Amino acid sequence: MKIAIASGKGGTGKTTLATNLAKSITDRSVILVDCDVEEPNTHLFLNPNIEKEQTVSTFIPSVDMDKCTLCGRCTVLCQFKSIINIKEKILVFPELCHSCYGCRRICPEQAISDGQKEIGTIATGMSGRVRCFIGTLNIGEAMAPPLIRAVKKAALNNGISDLLILDAPPGTSCPVIEAVKDTDFIVLVTEPTPFGLHDLLLAVEMVKIVNIPFGVVINRSDIGNRSVFDYCQCNKIPVLLEIPENRKIAESYSQGKLIIDTLPEYQAVFRDLFGSIEMKIANQEAAA
Amino acid sequence: MKEVVVISGKGGTGKTSITAALANLWDRPVIADCDVDAADLHLLLDPDIKKRYPFISGIEPVLDKDICTECGQCREVCVYDAIDDGYSINRLNCEGCGVCFHFCPVQAIQLQDRECGEWYVSDTRFGPMVHARLGIAEENSGKLVTLIRKKARSIAEVKQKDVVLIDGSPGIGCPVISSITGASLVVLVTEPTVSGIHDMKRVFGLAAHFKVPVLVVINKADLDLQMAQQIISSCRENKIKIAGQIPYDPVFTRAMVQGQTVFEYDGGKKCPVCENIQSISDQIQNRLLVSEMNEEIMEG
Repeated sequence: MKIAIASGKGGTGKTTLATNLAKSITDRSVILVDCDVEEPNTHLFLNPNIEKEQTVSTFIPSVDMDKCTLCGRCTVLCQFKSIINIKEKILVFPELCHSCYGCRRICPEQAISDGQKEIGTIATGMSGRVRCFIGTLNIGEAMAPPLIRAVKKAALNNGISDLLILDAPPGTSCPVIEAVKDTDFIVLVTEPTPFGLHDLLLAVEMVKIVNIPFGVVINRSDIGNRSVFDYCQCNKIPVLLEIPENRKIAESYSQGKLIIDTLPEYQAVFRDLFGSIEMKIANQEAAA
Repeated sequence: MKEVVVISGKGGTGKTSITAALANLWDRPVIADCDVDAADLHLLLDPDIKKRYPFISGIEPVLDKDICTECGQCREVCVYDAIDDGYSINRLNCEGCGVCFHFCPVQAIQLQDRECGEWYVSDTRFGPMVHARLGIAEENSGKLVTLIRKKARSIAEVKQKDVVLIDGSPGIGCPVISSITGASLVVLVTEPTVSGIHDMKRVFGLAAHFKVPVLVVINKADLDLQMAQQIISSCRENKIKIAGQIPYDPVFTRAMVQGQTVFEYDGGKKCPVCENIQSISDQIQNRLLVSEMNEEIMEG
């Protein structure tokens, strides 16, 4: 089972939910995948004992100028202008390359071979019973999706888990899609404010495009106004959990502590949340 | 003309509320919302849209099933798994590389422009604003950000405005890189939490990489004094100045619910955080003046 924790707006509590949920479920082997590779934070709360760290690279063209006849086919094919012909020389711009391999395929002289661009790292280790996979994008690297793909793949290849929890990046564009696609359920975390509502609407649109069952968790549920609640009610979107504003939660968060360590009664709350997610997935499967 | 970009690394630290407050204080700056993925600034500034433009970026393949012989060539060359076994193109997976078009032996695939969103030029009570809406699940956010900044700069030139105030997005990837490249100053809004500090340090790295100076604002500063102290130490280590601190105050949320800035809230009665923001604004303005003087010295 794969559950993605996402949100349109940043800072609503995705990481808090993902880490506390992972730690509250003790009757399964849980893997936590940090897909927020631009700003991964789960390790700050789970302090996994890192066993292995590997770098992730993507393809960029490596041009052999001895073989190149400057026919220009690669430069015409490349939609991203990452390979261009300047003054009888082929230049490659790695930061623009999407690793489509088109240039290598089209070159009639086989002058292009596999070059590599390192985009980030994947670290793995245990935090108690939870296995963590953390993707970290190199600073200055623009494209997160290939690394998100790689960290998900690494977690799936691990093969010994019956529950994967994925902490997604904020927003609704390509990195988020990469994180949430092929999951069984998406939890959208929001807060009951105008920004929270606006970004929830976008997130719901996103979830509908990927066509995955979902529910909402409302964090700091007693701030702001009632508009998020009204919206969920009108649109029959299940509100799975409300977490009221609590100075103790905010303080433990600031120090990198889990809610369930500061307020142990929350462990049952997160277990119940998981129970209702499981039920929603089962109902969905039964309906299908 | 100066471009000031408000970013944070971590989401939810208060970027947008602070950007709106600065827009309120400054002399009708040109405002640009470069958080194109989850734009919220318009909820506070209530822009009156004067012009809308489609955002067209990149290409998308269109497959003509009448011509297609289902030979499988396109599926083989597509590294993104964007063409399924029924020869339908999955728009979510397609990155617009056009390789399928080039390798189709019967020319069943055509390329067309891809519309990825919409962008707007508007008026607000604090000055002209350029903003956008990236389509859900779309790519090319960096290009849209670049487009918005360019338009904002040209409006500033025409209207002879000194400052473009930019609300950025969380993270350190594509849209953030496009927001800060070549900008005059990054205002980094952080919070005294382990995540806030961790993400702030990555933004330091990014700003250094692109050689943009940084000023730090510590929002919700009294949430955890020890963590706030860690931010101060980290800034000192990195030789980065702190523009000021803002205590945690529910007035930000209350003003947001009203669609107002903190300066407008409660009939314009100055709230305690208003003073902090005023002083932060002064620090930013001073920094811009200093950099301008330095530039003149360099040129002179």
